[in-house]
Amino acid sequence: MQKSLLIDADKCTSCLQCEMACSFEHEGTFNPARSRIKIFEFEHGKRSVPYTCTQCAEAWCLHACPVEALVRNKETGAVEVKDDICVGCKVCTIACPFGTVNYNPDTGKVIKCDLCDGDPQCAEACPTDAIVYVDAAWTGLDRMQQWAAETDNKPMANA
Amino acid sequence: MSYVVVGAGPAGVIAAETLSRLGHGGNITLVSGEPEAPYSRMAIPYLLAEDIQEDGTHLRHGKGHYDDLGIKVVHERVASIDSKGKSLAFESGGSLGYDKLLLATGATPVRPPIPGMDLDGVKSCWTLEDARQIIANSKPGDNVVLMGAGFIGCIILEALVARKVNLTVIEMADRMVARMMDKTGGDIIADWCENQGVKVMISTRVNGVSENGDGTYKLELEGKDSINADLVVCATGVKSNMEFLEGSGIETDMGVLINEHMETNVPDIYAAGDVAAGFDFMTDKHDVHAIQPTASEHGRCAARNMAGDRTAYRGSLVMNTLNTLGLISTSYGLWDGAEGGDESISVDKERSKYLRLNFKDDVLVGTLALGMTQHVGVMRGLIQTKTPLGKWKDVLMEDPHQIMSAYLACAQDASRRIG
Amino acid sequence: MSWQGQILRVNLTKGTAVAEPLNMEWANAYIGERGLGTKYLMENMDPKADAMGPDNVLIFATGPLNGTMASTSGRYAVICKSPLTDGIGDSNSGGKFGAFLKYAGYDLLLVEGKAAKPVYLHINDDNVEILPADDIWGTTVWNTEEWIKAKHQNPQLRIASIGQAGENGVLFSAVVNDLHRAAGRCGVGAVMGSKNLKAVAAYGTKGVTVDDPKKFMEVVKATHAKLAESGGRQELTEGGTHPMIDMMQEWGGLPTNNFKEVQFKGIDGVNPAATTTPNENGHTNLITNKACFGCTIACGRISHIDPEHFTIKNRPEYMHASGGLEYETAFAFGPVVGVDDVDALTFANYMMNEHGMDPISFGVTLAAAMELYEMGVLTKEQTDGIELKFGNAEALTVMAEKTGKGEGFGKELALGSKRLTAKYGHPDLFMGVRGMEFAGYDSRALQGMGLGYATSNRGACHLKHDVFGPDMEDVSGKGKAQPVKESQDMVSMIDSTGLCLFTTSGWGPEDFVAQLDAALPGEWTLERCVESGERTWTLERMFNQGAGQTGADDTLPKRMLEEPAPSGNAEGKVNELSVMLPEYYKLRGWTEDGKPSNETLARLGL
Repeated sequence: MQKSLLIDADKCTSCLQCEMACSFEHEGTFNPARSRIKIFEFEHGKRSVPYTCTQCAEAWCLHACPVEALVRNKETGAVEVKDDICVGCKVCTIACPFGTVNYNPDTGKVIKCDLCDGDPQCAEACPTDAIVYVDAAWTGLDRMQQWAAETDNKPMANA
Repeated sequence: MSYVVVGAGPAGVIAAETLSRLGHGGNITLVSGEPEAPYSRMAIPYLLAEDIQEDGTHLRHGKGHYDDLGIKVVHERVASIDSKGKSLAFESGGSLGYDKLLLATGATPVRPPIPGMDLDGVKSCWTLEDARQIIANSKPGDNVVLMGAGFIGCIILEALVARKVNLTVIEMADRMVARMMDKTGGDIIADWCENQGVKVMISTRVNGVSENGDGTYKLELEGKDSINADLVVCATGVKSNMEFLEGSGIETDMGVLINEHMETNVPDIYAAGDVAAGFDFMTDKHDVHAIQPTASEHGRCAARNMAGDRTAYRGSLVMNTLNTLGLISTSYGLWDGAEGGDESISVDKERSKYLRLNFKDDVLVGTLALGMTQHVGVMRGLIQTKTPLGKWKDVLMEDPHQIMSAYLACAQDASRRIG
Repeated sequence: MSWQGQILRVNLTKGTAVAEPLNMEWANAYIGERGLGTKYLMENMDPKADAMGPDNVLIFATGPLNGTMASTSGRYAVICKSPLTDGIGDSNSGGKFGAFLKYAGYDLLLVEGKAAKPVYLHINDDNVEILPADDIWGTTVWNTEEWIKAKHQNPQLRIASIGQAGENGVLFSAVVNDLHRAAGRCGVGAVMGSKNLKAVAAYGTKGVTVDDPKKFMEVVKATHAKLAESGGRQELTEGGTHPMIDMMQEWGGLPTNNFKEVQFKGIDGVNPAATTTPNENGHTNLITNKACFGCTIACGRISHIDPEHFTIKNRPEYMHASGGLEYETAFAFGPVVGVDDVDALTFANYMMNEHGMDPISFGVTLAAAMELYEMGVLTKEQTDGIELKFGNAEALTVMAEKTGKGEGFGKELALGSKRLTAKYGHPDLFMGVRGMEFAGYDSRALQGMGLGYATSNRGACHLKHDVFGPDMEDVSGKGKAQPVKESQDMVSMIDSTGLCLFTTSGWGPEDFVAQLDAALPGEWTLERCVESGERTWTLERMFNQGAGQTGADDTLPKRMLEEPAPSGNAEGKVNELSVMLPEYYKLRGWTEDGKPSNETLARLGL
């Protein structure tokens, strides 16, 4: 069964270990500014919410890419950026209604969560299990996707 | 069943692929009007800047990609359509019958009706061939004039600066990128360009171009001194490619008029992408967006309908993103505001940062951003879900940069609502 | 590698901001943060300079492990001459500011001179701006953070700023970052205010790289696991430092009513149970715990005040959640001033964060004022009509706000306990050392703590040594000098890494060393690291001597040395400083009057 990231914001302490782990995995340096997962803090630090790509089935980013630089990894289900193909046009960054594809001005290309080829380092680094990597059925992914459907330009069947 | 897709840009290619993947059988023919493998115009500027090679502009990279999907690619230009006899006539003389036809012929640059636009030294930048011409005709230090500081013009601008030419941009409108930026944003972009050595002339009209006789050209400007150039690149706008539809009975406006099923008024003929005037999500009116995401959505939706999966399209949201010499700008939806709506603006001209959010009641309906590169897409999310922002609207009226917090708070609520 | 190799020197008099290479010789000798910051301070100013004058230098120093995945990698130190002690000021803080200052590419920010008008610093990688702060001068820390983020259109900016307290020169004002994390002690906020520097805002995209990434990640994986498994760490996660209050109550070391007593009758109103038990309105004070940057402990508390509570009843602006009580705030707003109302304590804590003050010094200063009031030295007329009696919650909350805003009797409290008690003719009522107030441990009940207070370079501080073990074994001065000296050196080393002292709940010295060794070029042994700690300690001592302090300053108030503890495990005892101090000097290689000997200086390369 395919796995996905299950995020429980109530468990997040806002330590940013996930951001460091993510940037280390992808950039070889501890650099939250280049992390694919981000923690957002609210209400004087009362709430903190880890946020990253849900690898949604619709994949607006993938479909919007003019040069096929975004490709679905069949093993993990993740939509990955092919760095050698991405030209940096940023269309995917505006097409993704979740805002989880970001432009990296250092490289002139985009970055997004790729589930670390099936071993997500954010989940590995999270000290409180606010981020875990589990069977997709457990993640409420359906619920998120339902919400996503509201965003959708997706053709509605049999309308 | 014989499916024919005319046009091998993103809308056409995605439609052909979708037809194949839906698995309903039938023959799929993709008619490309250019001799190349299907490529992306979006990528041309990066080719000009020499960031990529020509094959880097190709829409698809897999060897035998089209063959594998059972898509036959033919390189022909369509001269006319016989909608009664259900066949296409090619300029080369051949013809091709269809059961279902998709028009995805895109658009072509238009040049202003002034003297000298047909001179050798005046180029468009639209096709791969145009790109080759510009590369061949511009060397570092050359004086190059870019006519038109619209969206396409600005993309080319980046590439021309990368080629280290002396660049002057002439724009008729009172600001740069007038189709995606208000005056404040356009002026910030112009200042940014000037600071990087590009001369920007707004509210300036070119009356004509002539040869000086030494290989250079002279541009006559209305009410201003004329200027010389080694090369003139014309990016003054595009129009949908519809000439071949004459006599077909297909209704057109700015583009081919289509309903929510991507159908034209003629049975079994559909349209998608830059040639189509489809529904705009925000205005509910027909419009040609000429943007990649719309082309992609049109292509997918048209294919489903052609294959018999009757599918309504909710309309496309206009959105643009542009990198002008490193300054990134974005616009969504009703970026210039909604009637009777509110706007929240944060502007820092010194640092070239700008964010404008437009609301109708407590719903986000359009945005403009300069200098924003992170989580930009949530603006689309909020606009397209028409999410009621409630108290978060007040927060955003105070500080529009709380957009991500507002999004997370509201999106999570929405997700709970569904759950 | 691990260090960024660059510092930022800002001269506010000249209006310049210049990046310069990190002095690698110093980095190798002092590691970073506290040690390196002290070295830069020593080399950039005369210790005799006026702490509140333009010649004082204000340093924000990160450590080599800042911004890495080492747990608790967000600590930074603010170092300058302290206006409270007129000696070395060294105050560290968590939150996220420090890591992002480093991500902008700087190991250290050094601020010289004084701006002609209020300014703030905006640091975005190489882009550094000194900008006018007229719109935020005179406003709170909380407003300042919000305003700067909106102004620069960057909600991710991390900001360290001062409130009105720092602007007004409250001698124990703090530098507050990330809303409720503070470099609280030593009055570093007043120094920032004296320079007309309202805030430093930082964001960086440069990242931090380590020398041996593979080894570093292996070490970090092991240290994370070790910390996760430790019981001490679990207690900190669950209760923060707050549970210490029940322990000190039981031991009889909980300073109460300006240290007249060592156990507090109202303990049930201020202990952890008081924060987790619903009150009569069904309101529970404590909401959750949160972490500083990189921290896998998360001892930070987030609380809120009952909307019906007298402090905020008509003030909806304080009805939101914010930083909650930890042990020292609970002590400083509770027992030492005799107050047992947990929401009043929480409100006072909000005031400290919002206006930028050190809760410990404020609480202990208020306690001294209360003692003066009860003695009749201060009258109600002088205290703005407030009954300044031990146990009066309103006196606590009103004075906290007045001190923050520079109003009425708050201006007197702003002097700190030493100057206030001297002004009113009772200097013996100052509970502290070198001008800085005691933390929440009584020196009679914790004898080694007393020696630590007396010798701590920044004044009466509980965090510069760690002798709880020996102190809880035996209530005497015997055998305490050695663990005090050794732990002082160890803590100096830890404070120089960029990590938090609370990791010692699970880590031993070897764990810090292993992480440093993997992150930094060269070989880092335990011996080298501890020697670096001793070097830092001794350099701080030299700063103090340069500023005019002597061995005579290594002392405790009469109350600790002559008045026996009235109850608890130390009942009838006084602190045995006269036994411990000579032994301590000897262990340090200092002369009998407390000066580092030439041999000691030579051994440490000073």
